[in-house]
Amino acid sequence: MYSRAYKAAVTIPPLLWVTIFLLIPYAILFCYSFWSVSSMQVILHTWTLQNYVQLIRNPIYLQVLFRSMRIAASVTLCALLLGYPLAYYLSFHAAKRKDLLYQLVIIPLWASYLVRGYAWKTILGSDGVLNGLLQYLHITGRPVEFLLYSPFAVIITLTHIYTPFTLLPIYASLEHIPRHLVEASHDLGASPWSTFRRVILPLSLPGLLAGATFAFVLTLGDFLAPLLVGGPSGIMISNIVVSLFGAAYNWPLGAAISFCMMLLVITLLFATERLEKRLTIS
Amino acid sequence: MSGGLQSRRVPLLSAYAFLVYAFLYFPIIVLVVYSFNGSGVGGFPPAGWTFDWYRQLFADGALWDAVLNSLIVAAIAVAIALGLGLPAALALDRTNFPGKALFRRLVLLPLILPGIITGLSLLMLFVAVGMKLSLLTITLGHGTALISVATTEIFAGLQKLERAQEEASLDLGANHWQTFWRITLPNLRVSLIAAGLLIFTLSLDEIAVSFFLIGRDNTLPLEIWSRLRRGITPEINAISTLILLFSIGTILIWYRLRTRAQRSDDSAAPLLPSLEGETP
Amino acid sequence: MIAARDPLAASSAESESLLSIRQVIKRYGKRPVLRGISLEVASGEFLTILGESGSGKTTLLRLIAGFEELESGEIWMGGERIDRIPAHRRQVNTVFQSYAIFPHLSVFENVAYGLRAKNTAKGEIPERVTQALAMVKMGEFAQAAPSRLSGGQQQRVALARALVNRPRVLLLDEPLSALDANLRRQMQVELKSLQRGVRITFIFVTHDQEEAMALSDRVALLRAGVLEQVAPPREIYGQPATAYAAQFIGQTNLLRAQVRDGVATAGTIAWRSSGGSGEATYSLRPEYIRLAHASATPASPDPSVARFRGRVRNQSFGGATDLVEVDCDNSFVMRVRIANPGVLAGEHEFEFNAGDATRVRDGEDA
Repeated sequence: MYSRAYKAAVTIPPLLWVTIFLLIPYAILFCYSFWSVSSMQVILHTWTLQNYVQLIRNPIYLQVLFRSMRIAASVTLCALLLGYPLAYYLSFHAAKRKDLLYQLVIIPLWASYLVRGYAWKTILGSDGVLNGLLQYLHITGRPVEFLLYSPFAVIITLTHIYTPFTLLPIYASLEHIPRHLVEASHDLGASPWSTFRRVILPLSLPGLLAGATFAFVLTLGDFLAPLLVGGPSGIMISNIVVSLFGAAYNWPLGAAISFCMMLLVITLLFATERLEKRLTIS
Repeated sequence: MSGGLQSRRVPLLSAYAFLVYAFLYFPIIVLVVYSFNGSGVGGFPPAGWTFDWYRQLFADGALWDAVLNSLIVAAIAVAIALGLGLPAALALDRTNFPGKALFRRLVLLPLILPGIITGLSLLMLFVAVGMKLSLLTITLGHGTALISVATTEIFAGLQKLERAQEEASLDLGANHWQTFWRITLPNLRVSLIAAGLLIFTLSLDEIAVSFFLIGRDNTLPLEIWSRLRRGITPEINAISTLILLFSIGTILIWYRLRTRAQRSDDSAAPLLPSLEGETP
Repeated sequence: MIAARDPLAASSAESESLLSIRQVIKRYGKRPVLRGISLEVASGEFLTILGESGSGKTTLLRLIAGFEELESGEIWMGGERIDRIPAHRRQVNTVFQSYAIFPHLSVFENVAYGLRAKNTAKGEIPERVTQALAMVKMGEFAQAAPSRLSGGQQQRVALARALVNRPRVLLLDEPLSALDANLRRQMQVELKSLQRGVRITFIFVTHDQEEAMALSDRVALLRAGVLEQVAPPREIYGQPATAYAAQFIGQTNLLRAQVRDGVATAGTIAWRSSGGSGEATYSLRPEYIRLAHASATPASPDPSVARFRGRVRNQSFGGATDLVEVDCDNSFVMRVRIANPGVLAGEHEFEFNAGDATRVRDGEDA
């Protein structure tokens, strides 16, 4: 029904833009990862695998990568622990106030990242709000140090930021579960917990998987929270990249790490997509 | 919804839900409260209610320059994202061509890929073509990253559009272009406005991609960021509170528009893109 | 009597053919939807394409309108080949099942839409729109917003919007299916008289065989992408070509019989039949069967009347007639329609005219 001209008109402009501003940049990134930098801080366009070799040889990169993955896993776990029960509550028990409560969830989601990160910074510091509160209540005598400038701070901050991200797909999944399935389960004698375990949870797995993926992938690539609240012990892999593009001027190495990160993320996305397809019963 | 389910009391779950909300809003409330705090950013309890920080804020010229920059960038980013997101959504909804799946993934990728990768890649592009970093490069970056948001929103709107109306228009003798202007666009009005609002807000708050594309002029988030490097002051609380108010306002309007556009009770339609795609 | 009609031949002396559909094949992916449809539609006729869901009837309509492309075959209208022309340039208009009224335009603007698209002279538009709205009795609603209209009203607007363009063919895609029964019957009558008035060719798609019978000059019965029979209603009812046609339209008894020496035998029932020997299927409508009278001269029965004996199994009241289910030798249930029979019970003798048993093609015996 749509003529060639129509099809061309709707596909070519976005395709062109995306080619110029996404595909080609990724390709350039890829190329950079095979170049090197001279001691004079000049990019040498000689092709070499040196960067990738360095990533494997030099233990620090893998160390930081694993720390980043640990942090990402922690954030994902916390986000799920916070997000899933809330999503469940919203979907099954919120009734009249559902709409309002839902809006209360999306507000933090879209409100500024920087604002929220900054907020945690002021809360967790040694003369921050939390320490002040603890001392005021005489729970502690001296400021608690590890709250700020630690992986702990990064985890809390990113959990706070990504929990709504995790919640939404779970909520969508839960909403799609036909209520009469739950009623049938009750009718057949299953307790609410049993119904949850055997009917609701399995059917919500696609959403859960999507939410977990969001949290994990976005945390892995995050560099702002570590800079705000992470301190030296809270550095993540993206921070290394940032410094390689900044003071530690080594664009090719930075590109190599970025490219690896990209591969990791895309692989993860593909894997969860496959998994989701198999889990989705519809 | 089953009455039996809803009327069951779940005190533990309700309490837990309340705690999660508390966790989500605690930092925000602290931020706002301490923007009025006489004794600064930290410590407890807050004392000495004051508007000083806001006064300081309004006198801060550099900050308002950054605000203006952000507004300009956001406006243009909306134009770019909508201008390209609309054809992309139409292409995904209506046409079939080889490589369509790849096209869809590519368009949606910046949304899930960490900002650092998009930012760095664009940086390398601009360096390769010798373009100096400036507000223009930031704008291009925002526009590119936010096409995916536009596409998702408009795609959802297209799904709600009754296809028969466009067929009726063709049937009555209007060609594709006329049909687009007289029937498709008016029906997409709400989706376009909602998408525009969302993109505007996201662009104002954007920092990850902008981080690498910044030239001499700062956007608001980057201006705040550079001040943070120098030390935290309650003035930042004040501007953050204002940002929050603005974001909350636009997000609520966006939400109302979106739910109004959805005649069905499918309020759980994805606010985040589904990468598995919805088209056959 | 054997219904030996070729379903593809025009069955009555109509005027020139306006629309010619030739060997049209349409597939969705690998699935065939239309398997070689050929049909001639005469100018000014009311043709109904009748079929179950999935039979391909809507697809055929959309092919004529131009919303789908055919795999092979041709469509001609008025001496011109139209299947290559895009939808918006064909002189065909459609009334959609969902009406597809533009919600953001007033009723007037909806009806005027096609006229504006073709750059009709500004001065001409109000008059034609008013005329069209009057034709469907919606004259007072010209400035109304479509959201205020009921389903029936929207449908009239859709009709006016299509007719105002004076198409050569009007396509109607199950336009009455969303209306309740009374409104539906009312609209059927109006549609019929409207078509008579404007003398435009109507091609009407429906799954409701009563509707098809009531409205059409000819009915084209479509089954799984193939035309079973194309004939005027009375002919398709009285002389169905196939078992499917006999069963889909009205009710019937399908008798699977053996024919030998001019006599067809199905179980304990036998009747005189011409035509080839062997296996054959016959359609016998319930209303053609009656209670047998005690014969005046049992010694010389009328050879053109077939008799059989059976036990009444069930009797349901149906207003003007009763539908009686009769058990004839355990394997066979005959349905008989009788007016005012009183309560029948036990064994009775029934009879029918041999000529009323129509031989039909059955899927099984090709």
